[in-house]
Amino acid sequence: MARISKALYLTILMLLLYVPIFILVVNSFNASKYGIKWTGFSTKWYEKLVQNDALIQAALNSLTVSIIAATMATVIGTLAAVALYRYDFKGKKFLSGMVFVSMLTPDIVMAIALLIVFITLGISLGFISLLIAHITFCLPFVIIAVYARLNDFDKRMILAARDLGASEWRIFRLVILPLILPAVVSGWLLSFTLSLDDVIVSAFVTGPGYEILPLKVYSMVKVGVSPEVNAISTILLVVSLLIVIASQLIVRKDKTL
Amino acid sequence: MTELRPLLSLNHLSKAFAGNQVLQDFNMTIYDGEFFTLLGPSGCGKSTVLNLIAGMETADTGDIILLEQDISQIPAEQRPINTVFQSYALFPHMTVFDNVAFGLKMRKLPKAEIKQRVNEALEMVQLAHLASRKPAQLSGGQQQRVAIARAVVNRPKLLLLDESLSALDYKLRQQMQIELKRLQRKLGITFVYVTHDQEEALAMSDRVVVMNQGKIQQVGTPREIYEEPNSLFVAKFIGEINQLEGEIVSVDGQQSYEVKVEEQRWRLHAEHSFSVGDKVNVLLRPEDLRVEYIEADHPDKFLVGTIVERTYKGKTLDSLIRLSSGAELMASEFFDEDDPSFDYRPNQKVAVNWVAGWEVVLPYEA
Repeated sequence: MARISKALYLTILMLLLYVPIFILVVNSFNASKYGIKWTGFSTKWYEKLVQNDALIQAALNSLTVSIIAATMATVIGTLAAVALYRYDFKGKKFLSGMVFVSMLTPDIVMAIALLIVFITLGISLGFISLLIAHITFCLPFVIIAVYARLNDFDKRMILAARDLGASEWRIFRLVILPLILPAVVSGWLLSFTLSLDDVIVSAFVTGPGYEILPLKVYSMVKVGVSPEVNAISTILLVVSLLIVIASQLIVRKDKTL
Repeated sequence: MTELRPLLSLNHLSKAFAGNQVLQDFNMTIYDGEFFTLLGPSGCGKSTVLNLIAGMETADTGDIILLEQDISQIPAEQRPINTVFQSYALFPHMTVFDNVAFGLKMRKLPKAEIKQRVNEALEMVQLAHLASRKPAQLSGGQQQRVAIARAVVNRPKLLLLDESLSALDYKLRQQMQIELKRLQRKLGITFVYVTHDQEEALAMSDRVVVMNQGKIQQVGTPREIYEEPNSLFVAKFIGEINQLEGEIVSVDGQQSYEVKVEEQRWRLHAEHSFSVGDKVNVLLRPEDLRVEYIEADHPDKFLVGTIVERTYKGKTLDSLIRLSSGAELMASEFFDEDDPSFDYRPNQKVAVNWVAGWEVVLPYEA
């Protein structure tokens, strides 16, 4: 009985999670425009998508922002986490507390705050403002992922490296970095995903000159879900899956620890 | 050790953490080639001393002289001193070979020399066949040996060992004690070992320093520390000891006193000098006591009591004896080969004596 209910529970959970995605993928190949019933296999929405320059441009913009934002957030966040872990300095407690605060801040608050900052500083809304905003909200996730990993290992290892004559840079390069690499990779992935599908903050801080995919899709579905949206979503799904698989392979290689 | 050449001296070191004075005016000399142990309860400052020598901490005042050179301002990574950490602190992402090679690579030695020296070090700790393994694939004892190899491969002037055996189980620990001692003799490197385990300290060291609350209580060979403790703290910290109160009745010349203990007068030997009327503690090791059955009468020059409890310990029979004054003594006796099934009955009346001169008489402390 317990086994059956457990299986049932899992089944329902999986269905809830994956059926909508499955329907989306199937519909992207549906010849019918309305997607209510199956009228035959077709790749015409993908063909239409390729011709939709505005949508493709938005997708490329999104990828550009996400990759740069994730990379910068990962570099800054990793260094911040190492600093928080290794050094004692004034305001350290305050700083690590602020990391959580900025992570828990509602998107809408963050969006308005950033907008005010950009206006005050006279930064015009567009690529730069969008990038800064994305780095900002990705940063705490990287710091926390890397810090947790650092806390996991024996602090004496750093002392040992020093004892054996390693300089600060070599301690970081040869001991700390290889050990936190899985966390750095997952921090990057998390940042990339957060950045790629962000709507709220982006809606506030980007300008008309720089359109990104989530906002473009959002404005498109206001006038009804076009099958092209299904197609681009499917492509994004495949891209994300590939990235996740790649990162899993990287982390797996590290599993000999 | 034929000649005693000072290798390291700590002069007037003091160190405080957040207003808490851990060390004050701490002085110590370590000689070249000896196995030196810092022994004390946790929080006595022994790890701080080690960290100061290694350079992981800086002393507030005082200096550290290594071979006539003041190293107190030299950073840890440049001191010719290496440490074996309690948790081994091996690099989990490197092979055993790379772990051991780490220090040599930092010094940018030629590849061929690194390879040769690492292999030598691994052979010395009998791990050459595991060079390509990762630390996680090794047992605790093997990891311990990698940690030792990683330190000694650098040929340090001084090797610091921070409770290095405490993570191992009893049997392995005893084995490693012997191995460490042998390694130390073979390498001729001075070892400074930190431990709270008195048995370990006695078994391995040439000299032991007993510390308590940031101060040195006693420095000496294991035998001196055990047989001639200079304070109640040392006597109680090293092994088991019985404590009886007494009073000096008369001074009979050089280090010889008549002492009243348990309502009887005894001629006792003491390293300290006392005057008549001084209160003293008379300390007796359980294994130095001789216990005999008696009937009712009080024999002279024996402590009389009854057996309260006896514990079979395999090698020895330990008995707890309550004296007529209420004081309790622990006696630990080896089995007599003529009577291997020997045992005491509880409430048995016994007389206790000891070999004259094996007692330790110290000024009275509560």
